[in-house]
Amino acid sequence: MSTTDLTDAGQTGPPPQVRMRRRMRWLPIAPATALLLIFLAGPIGYCVYIAFTDMQLTGQASPSFVGFDNFTRAFHDPHFVNAVVLTLVFTVVSSILGQNTLGLTLAGLMQRASKTVRTVAGAVVICAWVLPEIVAGFLLYTFFNRQGTLNAILDWLQLPHQNWLYTLPIIAVSFANIWRGTAFSMLVYSAALSEIPQEVTESAQIDGAGGGKRLWHITLPMIRRSIGTNLMLNTLQTLSVFGLIWAMTRGGPGDRSQTLPVFMYDQAFNNALIGYGTAVALLLLLVGALFSVVYLRLLREEV
Amino acid sequence: MMPVRSTAFPALALTTVLAAASLSACSTGNDPNTVKIAFRKDTDNKVTLADDYLREVAREFERTHKGKKVQLIPVQASQQDYYSKVQQLMRSPKTAPDVVHEDSFMINPDVKSGYLRPLDGQVKKWKSWDRYAQSAKDAAKAEDGKTYAVPDGTDTRGIWFNRNIFKKAGLPQDWHPDTWDDVLKAARTIKKKVPGVTPLNIFTGKAAGEAATMQGMEMLLYGTGSDPETHNPLYDEKSKKWVKGGKGFKDSLRFVQTVYSQKLGPDVDQALNPNMQTKVNADLIPQQKLAMDIDGSWLGQQWLKTGGNPWPKWKKTMGLAPMPTQHGQAPGEVSMSGGWAWSVAAKSEKPDLAWELIKTLQSRKNAVEWCIRGAQIATRSDVAKDPRYLKSIPGAAFFTKRVRHSHYRPKGPVYPRVSTAIAEAMESVTTGDTTVDQATRAYNAQLKSIANGAVTSQ
Repeated sequence: MSTTDLTDAGQTGPPPQVRMRRRMRWLPIAPATALLLIFLAGPIGYCVYIAFTDMQLTGQASPSFVGFDNFTRAFHDPHFVNAVVLTLVFTVVSSILGQNTLGLTLAGLMQRASKTVRTVAGAVVICAWVLPEIVAGFLLYTFFNRQGTLNAILDWLQLPHQNWLYTLPIIAVSFANIWRGTAFSMLVYSAALSEIPQEVTESAQIDGAGGGKRLWHITLPMIRRSIGTNLMLNTLQTLSVFGLIWAMTRGGPGDRSQTLPVFMYDQAFNNALIGYGTAVALLLLLVGALFSVVYLRLLREEV
Repeated sequence: MMPVRSTAFPALALTTVLAAASLSACSTGNDPNTVKIAFRKDTDNKVTLADDYLREVAREFERTHKGKKVQLIPVQASQQDYYSKVQQLMRSPKTAPDVVHEDSFMINPDVKSGYLRPLDGQVKKWKSWDRYAQSAKDAAKAEDGKTYAVPDGTDTRGIWFNRNIFKKAGLPQDWHPDTWDDVLKAARTIKKKVPGVTPLNIFTGKAAGEAATMQGMEMLLYGTGSDPETHNPLYDEKSKKWVKGGKGFKDSLRFVQTVYSQKLGPDVDQALNPNMQTKVNADLIPQQKLAMDIDGSWLGQQWLKTGGNPWPKWKKTMGLAPMPTQHGQAPGEVSMSGGWAWSVAAKSEKPDLAWELIKTLQSRKNAVEWCIRGAQIATRSDVAKDPRYLKSIPGAAFFTKRVRHSHYRPKGPVYPRVSTAIAEAMESVTTGDTTVDQATRAYNAQLKSIANGAVTSQ
């Protein structure tokens, strides 16, 4: 940014016209910068402040500064540790394994499908994505419910009933998230796959490379960047999923589907511990940052 | 960088000012002639009794106060979510409603947080205040001795039972259990003789929240010990210390564990469902799938014509029995009382208008109307005598009799968090995740941290 450093001693910076042009360049982005500062940096700063206090929603005259208490408390709280583990399970199962792989598979299949199939399948998958989170949550709640659609289907197939909302809640909400989020990965990969030049695949085919080999040695390396971007976006989005889980299980039974965002809400609003809940929110931010760093590293190393 | 900043800064400052100006323009929606009233709307869309009633009162208020308007702020949420939503609204003068419907156990903590305005001056000048029962006035007082709310009714608790199912099981029509064992015995008989029916519902778990703590655990806990009449098993008012979970606490948890592990209650996943309360009185009871329900006096409000699930047959079908103490110790029965009250938010910009609205809400006519529609137990002597009130409410006579031996919840400002901890302990024994002893230990540890060490073991 600091381009003026290169000027010779004795001169007093670039000529006035250049300076003017530089100033004008700032003008269009000034409103956006200001809005970002007010609406993003402001609340984030306030959050950081709250995380270091014992602020409560009710039952407290005035909050006081408690230093790192909230954070040390989190690390000694078995419920917090449980929430971290469940968040990782939820993210790995639903985002990395589920949405990502299924999205790639769908995109690959759709490339070969006829136009009608492509349009219909695309529309159906995207429908799930367009639905508001809370609507999707209720839909999947009724799907997995004991008197729900899934059991009706199992009944018809004469298979035993499931009760996953109670017996395997974290798997149920993971499936729900896969159902909802796969469309995004599919779109990203459809775009990436269509960018692969036909000739490369064809010449590999002529050289005798089978489907599996072509996927491993040609397709995947060529869309590596899209995979990285998609993984990062998916992961960050999945880490903060709240409405879906809240509508389906409320983090229960017990705390068996209580991921970090649900834990955070539970502490901040049900237990009225705003300070502690906010500290957990910051830790969640940290988990997201860790994932991002890993992805960015992976992307860079392979270049 | 330096030369650039010299103009960027004014531009930035300008935008900031503009943005700030437009922000404050938005917030002047606080019209001095509009009084805002926040209340909980039922999560069942069919149940609109609070909305209907308040709309009528609002119309009356607008008629008698020319030029004034009432704005209803319905918060459609579970109780737990309603509390946190309203508390957040009351934090800022821009969002604070003027009049707030407060669950009586939230008054103390909300006063401590500075959300509510004392009403001593107003009630002193108000003639009707003398008609309120002393216990109700006490419930509206905070620890500082000031009055912060006007109660619009109270409630008591007991066991609702289905006479048809009892008949099929060969149990008496005027059933009157003397001990917890009598209740469990009846449940076992029903399980054996009337298959397909859930014998007994006792609320449990975090999703039910305060319903689990109050209708469930406290109905048991306050009936333990050698002197349930005067002994407070949760909070020692004298030393202002919380009482650690001991034998009574464990026995109560064991009762819950017995109900769910022996399948005398609803299926565990159903019991922990956030919509269980709605399900019990909208489905399970009217469809005669539940034999006994430890629940509140208001249950019948939904079965009235004005309720969401009219069920005229309830009068013949449903019997009522007081909840017994553990071994039948004197006074032989337990009930808990709560109830809701109208408060003025501390950050309200129109406290006088807000008080006027509360007076309209609690005019004799409107107070009777609300007790009838909301199936409230009257706290005012004039309402309690009203023939319309006495006739219309399901079980009014029975539940009014329970007031004598009914307990109010502890006044300590951290009670809501203790309540959540109790619900958590209940949930863990309901699912079978922990034993009764483990759950009690976990509860005691939590209690100590919530009360900042101010605990005692009696």
